[in-house]
Amino acid sequence: MDQELELMINDRPQRVPAGITVAAALARAGFSSSRQSHSGEPRAPFCGMGLCQECRVMIDGQGHQRGCMRLVAPGMRIVTQEPI
Amino acid sequence: MSARQLQAEAMVVGAGPAGMAAVERLLTAKVSVLWVDNQARAGGQIWRGGPQVTGGALARRGADTLRRIEGHAELTLLRGHEVIAALSTHELLLHDGLGNRVQVSAPRLLLATGASERHLPMPGWTLPGVHGAGGLQALVKGGWPLEGQRVVLAGSGPLLLASAATLQAAGARLELIAEQASRTALAGFALRLPLRQAAQAAAMRLQLRASPYRAGCWPLRALGRERVQAVLLTDGRRQWEQPCDALGLGFGLRPNTEVAELLGCRIDAGAVAVNGQLQTSLAGVYAAGECTGIGGVDKALVEGEMAAAAMLAQDLTSLRARHRAALAFTQRLAATFALRPELFKLAEAQTLVCRCEDVSLGALKRHPDWREAKLQTRCGMGACQGRICGPITEDLLGWQARGLRDPLSPTPLSCWLPD
Repeated sequence: MDQELELMINDRPQRVPAGITVAAALARAGFSSSRQSHSGEPRAPFCGMGLCQECRVMIDGQGHQRGCMRLVAPGMRIVTQEPI
Repeated sequence: MSARQLQAEAMVVGAGPAGMAAVERLLTAKVSVLWVDNQARAGGQIWRGGPQVTGGALARRGADTLRRIEGHAELTLLRGHEVIAALSTHELLLHDGLGNRVQVSAPRLLLATGASERHLPMPGWTLPGVHGAGGLQALVKGGWPLEGQRVVLAGSGPLLLASAATLQAAGARLELIAEQASRTALAGFALRLPLRQAAQAAAMRLQLRASPYRAGCWPLRALGRERVQAVLLTDGRRQWEQPCDALGLGFGLRPNTEVAELLGCRIDAGAVAVNGQLQTSLAGVYAAGECTGIGGVDKALVEGEMAAAAMLAQDLTSLRARHRAALAFTQRLAATFALRPELFKLAEAQTLVCRCEDVSLGALKRHPDWREAKLQTRCGMGACQGRICGPITEDLLGWQARGLRDPLSPTPLSCWLPD
């Protein structure tokens, strides 16, 4: 994990290692949760393999992207969809 | 949006060990292959590497196979593509995760869709920091940071050890591996392991020797406010709290049968039913590996080869002995790590079962079946479409939570509009 790249999380620039997932990038940027549930509980990635949808965020303007399934890319714009 | 259309002589869904073994054999026979996998990296849950994890000898074997076949002229590998619908038994609709659909067809189809974790809810299981044990391993392979963090893995089966090894390599501090099976059951299992597997297990234990491993011990609840801070454990006699920053819960695996169900293949005891040729109940549709029954990597590899051989109308005799040995191991695995009944009673009335719609066990119990519960509570109608809560209601309430429809995972509407 020598190489780094820069992307945007909620409009703030963030340097992360290349080759990691979006979910990991969020965790490394200090986000302890990825979304808020219907009843207001904080939730974070659970299943790690694309089933539970807890890690969903908006990526480059596209909603409902699973953070655990997407790898980071330079200039990627990640927006956590729900208030944290 | 226009659909890309791809055709080949054979199609394989899943790029884990079973799919990989099959694809290599098909390519050797000079058959063109369409290979579909939903992950960004091939290798399946077991062989997939990542930037901070090489994954040991077994993963290297997968990486070597992948290198041999990846650039093959007859191979089209579609990573990050999910099957969302079956148009016929030989034609599937894929979504690339970015709003584009791909239509793939081949006269012969192999399902090597693997397995996913069995989740059993308990109070606190929705807290950030609580993950599936294999889920946490998958996250760490993707760069999830655990350096210096205190981790507890609890549940059952060899996956706990495999996950522990990955986590430890990523710098996690393993506080405890809690195995619910009794010490007696484990001792019997180790004694009956074939030499090679015993050596593998011993090597893993050696690697993990600094980590406390406890048999006959299981979790009761995850504790914490905004995130997990501890786990309450028991050995059946006393209870104690183990502080932790992350908790991985693994209660074994379930075959991934969704694509097979969509096609209309017969499902038997939760797995895709196959005959001695590894053909499903549908002509020209084969299945191999964990989706035909949980058995580990050796079973997956030999079944991948067998299915490819059957698809090529080759003789399977030379593979039968290896398959029998793998199946015998499967039975020992199931007997050793059979889950104790207490684990199915951990959830309390207010414990959430459906994480998407926040539906509790108590709310579900007011309804007679899955269908009624869906209509009245929205259980299973959220983002995951029942992939997590459906199997849980089967385990906890004895419901029949099948009845899948396309799309198998959330897909933009653009994928369904005419060109």
